Amino acid sequence: MTNISRDEVAHLAKLARLAVTDDELDVFAGQLDQILDSVAKVSEVAADDIPPTSHAVPLTNVFREDVVRPGLSQEQALSGAPAAEEGRFRVPRILGEE
Amino acid sequence: MTELTKLTAAELAEKIRTREVSSVEVTQAHLDRIAAVDDHIHAFLHVDTEGALEAARAVDGDVAEGRELASPLAGVPLALKDVLTTKGIPTTVGSKTLEGWLPPYDATVTRKLREAGVVILGKTNMDEFAMGSSTENSAYGPTHNPWDHARIPGGSGGGSSASIAAFEAPLAIGTDTGGSIRQPGAVTGTVGVKPTYGGVSRYGLVAFSSSLDQAGPCARTVLDAALLHEVIGGHDPFDSTSIDAPVPPVVAAARQGLSGDLSGVRVGVVKEFGGDGYQSGVLRSFEAAVEQLRALGAEVVEVSCPHFTYALPAYYLIAPSECSSNLARFDAMRYGLRAGDDGTHSAEEVMSLTREKGFGAEVKRRIMLGTYALSSGYYDAYYGSAQKVRTLISRDFDSAFEKVDVLVSPTTPTTAFKIGERVDDPMAMYLADLCTIPSNLAGNAAMSVPSGLSDEDGLPVGLQIMAPSLADDRLYRVGAAYEVARDAAAGGSLVHQVPELGGNK
Amino acid sequence: MTALAELMDYDEVIERYDPVLGLEVHVELNTDTKMFCGCPTTFGGEPNTQVCPTCLGLPGSLPVVNGKGVESAIRIGLALNCEIAGWCRFARKNYFYPDQPKNFQTSQYDEPIAFDGHLDVTLDDGEVVRVEIERAHMEEDTGKSLHMGGATGRIHGADYSLLDYNRAGVPLIEIVTKPIVGTGARAAEVARAYVTTLRALMAALDVSDVRMDQGSLRCDANVSLMAKDATEFGTRTETKNVNSLRSVERAVRYEMSRQGALLAGGGTVKLETRHFQESDGTTSAGRAKETAEDYRYFPEPDLVPVAPSREWVEELRKTLPEDPTERRKRIQREWELSDEELRDLFNAGAVELVASTVDAGAKPSDARGWWVNFLAQEANTREVDLAGLAITPVQVAKVIELVTSGELTNKLAREVVRGVLDGEGEPAEVVEKRGLKVVSDDSALLAAVDEALASQPDIADKIRGGKVQAAGAIVGAVMKATKGQADAKRVRELIIERVGS
Repeated sequence: MTNISRDEVAHLAKLARLAVTDDELDVFAGQLDQILDSVAKVSEVAADDIPPTSHAVPLTNVFREDVVRPGLSQEQALSGAPAAEEGRFRVPRILGEE
Repeated sequence: MTELTKLTAAELAEKIRTREVSSVEVTQAHLDRIAAVDDHIHAFLHVDTEGALEAARAVDGDVAEGRELASPLAGVPLALKDVLTTKGIPTTVGSKTLEGWLPPYDATVTRKLREAGVVILGKTNMDEFAMGSSTENSAYGPTHNPWDHARIPGGSGGGSSASIAAFEAPLAIGTDTGGSIRQPGAVTGTVGVKPTYGGVSRYGLVAFSSSLDQAGPCARTVLDAALLHEVIGGHDPFDSTSIDAPVPPVVAAARQGLSGDLSGVRVGVVKEFGGDGYQSGVLRSFEAAVEQLRALGAEVVEVSCPHFTYALPAYYLIAPSECSSNLARFDAMRYGLRAGDDGTHSAEEVMSLTREKGFGAEVKRRIMLGTYALSSGYYDAYYGSAQKVRTLISRDFDSAFEKVDVLVSPTTPTTAFKIGERVDDPMAMYLADLCTIPSNLAGNAAMSVPSGLSDEDGLPVGLQIMAPSLADDRLYRVGAAYEVARDAAAGGSLVHQVPELGGNK
Repeated sequence: MTALAELMDYDEVIERYDPVLGLEVHVELNTDTKMFCGCPTTFGGEPNTQVCPTCLGLPGSLPVVNGKGVESAIRIGLALNCEIAGWCRFARKNYFYPDQPKNFQTSQYDEPIAFDGHLDVTLDDGEVVRVEIERAHMEEDTGKSLHMGGATGRIHGADYSLLDYNRAGVPLIEIVTKPIVGTGARAAEVARAYVTTLRALMAALDVSDVRMDQGSLRCDANVSLMAKDATEFGTRTETKNVNSLRSVERAVRYEMSRQGALLAGGGTVKLETRHFQESDGTTSAGRAKETAEDYRYFPEPDLVPVAPSREWVEELRKTLPEDPTERRKRIQREWELSDEELRDLFNAGAVELVASTVDAGAKPSDARGWWVNFLAQEANTREVDLAGLAITPVQVAKVIELVTSGELTNKLAREVVRGVLDGEGEPAEVVEKRGLKVVSDDSALLAAVDEALASQPDIADKIRGGKVQAAGAIVGAVMKATKGQADAKRVRELIIERVGS
């Protein structure tokens, strides 16, 4: 039985950048618990010797030539921007650094 | 004029080619139909009247000038699921977060349709980001099943399936991540095909779960679906997972199937899909369909695919995991909705406020589920195990296809349920995709073809046919043979039994 | 500004602690297009003009791998003596940041394309240290942000930011060392020598512009100290984006001294990123890493695995440049250098520049002289790396040719070089614009010689009497009269000729 706490849900919401409400925390905690309980079943058959599948079609080495292709104009690039300035996307102040 | 909307795509294309009608007339007939009935159905989120008529005029020009037509579907109208980008035409993915977004580029499927002279009528409603089985998760309100407006048209591509069942379009494009083409096809009495993964380009398909998503045709007949499949299929250098091989000969296979002979074809009935949880009318319809196949000369055997029962849980780990990453880009920085940017909030806060406001409950639920499943400490138990189940399911298919040419099952355990019935119970909702998910996980081809009405509620039931990867043509041969036999026995195509649409919503 | 940190004397740090280094170098590849789309990678374009749906992360867009990027990654791996993976995948590294269009970076996680290698680096005194390489993997760069408003233009205190995604998706190879231990007092020197050697190797492979000033080669330095009797590594700090070779050494030294003082004072080192200040050589605290970032890596479903065939890898192995250590020996031999001269050449980061200048026709001694003396001084004055100077080896070779042919004196040549560095154009244009042609018209020179001899008859007599060295004074006078634009050698010849006749 998984038991996902309200705090864990709050942490997940933070990681996923979702400013969820208190009410949502309660609802999601219950629902995620229920869903996780039922999906945990996968570990019953996931033995060590079974290789995982990440891609449905077994392709390898799909490469592109290193040749420039026309892209978008600055106007097109910025066409959907909520805010733009000086040919750039304008965004609220960024916290911290990377 | 209204009769034009009752014709198949193949019939319409032929009439346009032979100048019996113009593409503009055909297009206008469908636009008129949309205007008349879509208030009740709500299949469309956007109707591109001008663009459609312009495309129709171009085809009529080709016909008039005696030029060779761009494709066997030139001039035929189509409804496009709002998950594929259309340059300069709104693409919302059923979400508030992309309300009003005008993509600066066409999806490869969109481009191929335009190049084939197919007339795009507009964009169809869907569950937000294709997450759902009822189209109730659309931020723009649900779509109604033309068979009973109080019921769901399936999902996520409920808009596409409803549009063809309501004769608003003869063809539609859907996308299928866990059943979103086939299940809506089943509950609306139409044909839906999920091609082999990699058979149709995903470039411009707004991703829900990249390793599962696949676009495919929706139609009222198997042949129409095949014609559309050939238009949209094929290798695309812009999609790394696109298969560099010719499209399987699906149209030829459909025509072969129409001869009504399936002798020598081995059909496997999936033992695991039936029994508890399946509506009895659905099971009876399925059994009748299997008998029909046998009558057509097919050799029918029961096949066990023991890991198929793990497909649903594996899917609900893999799809949310991939979606948690795919949907991270909707952050209010470069496009789409921005909320809370009042000068006091940081970029990080604006991201969180926007995503909270822009995403519906199901999307948030899956993002959090996926975030959890990918977290260090849980990865192996959840995501890692789910990927192993994927291997097991592929192995089940491999060993089954050593014995049989195609597998069959009901497409979905029940007929269309009532709008609102399952919205508060995610687990009940998820069961709708029980039978369709294995083919998404393994990447093979699968189709839903109408198998009649459930005897207890009079609602459509679908027969699912599954074929190995790259053997999509087998679906069409078996599907078309079954379709003619069923229609002959029932005295006509199922979808023509849809109640006339009046004012009752 | 941060408060001034307590520092321990470097020698004392070495006496009490063993430094442990880990270096992460990001190399921007010089491919024509980005890693996953066909957008150009040229530096300095108008903002958001080198973008497409893919590198802007537009809904529905998909990546396709640049084959040249994989080829470069394999060549780098081979040059670093790494194993090349027979099969590996890209992975998504998930974290939200506005400069990252998809809010995940397409990178590699537990399946890097190259792993388990080494690079031998030679220190000033010729000692060779082997640096073990953990891995080299492929990934993509982020966009660039401009921080607006506030006082400083820095991220802190800014009102808002402006984003340009031209750089987003440019191919990067991240090269990570294993922990470098046992280097003692030479730790900082090893760090610098490693980056210097790596940079030279990337240049020789021709896979990158390796311009640290433009960010096409960036170094993050992990530094920790362990007490002499300890058996486990100490807590490390990661100093980000150290943007010159000199800074690599300074940053490591500073961190060692800072951490030494902290530990000796009974404190603990915090696991954090730190930022290097070029201006005063200090580091300041950045983001705390206490709660390990959970990047939720998973295999990139939009890209298929990379499985380089052995044949391809062996083909690429044939394209590798000479081993750096072998090359060093050969250069010493061919250019007839002493150990010290060789060392200076490497330390100045001048080998490639000299080699290219030689390739452009200059004599090795001349080429070396220009780069390690005058140009090194200019680089110092202008506060750039040698390679960052706005002059090409071809231009330097041209200047040397003008000196050899007698068209320029050394003094004039230096002025020409300054002109080129100041952006006045090609050497010939600078000569023209500044009027720096040597006065080679003998009649004009003779007039000046005659005038100088006439004004100093006593010296003229001395020369006549056989004291040829006295001619120096007359040469000086002539040079002064011609404002230095005369060839001193020719002047001397004319003086002897005049006095003797």
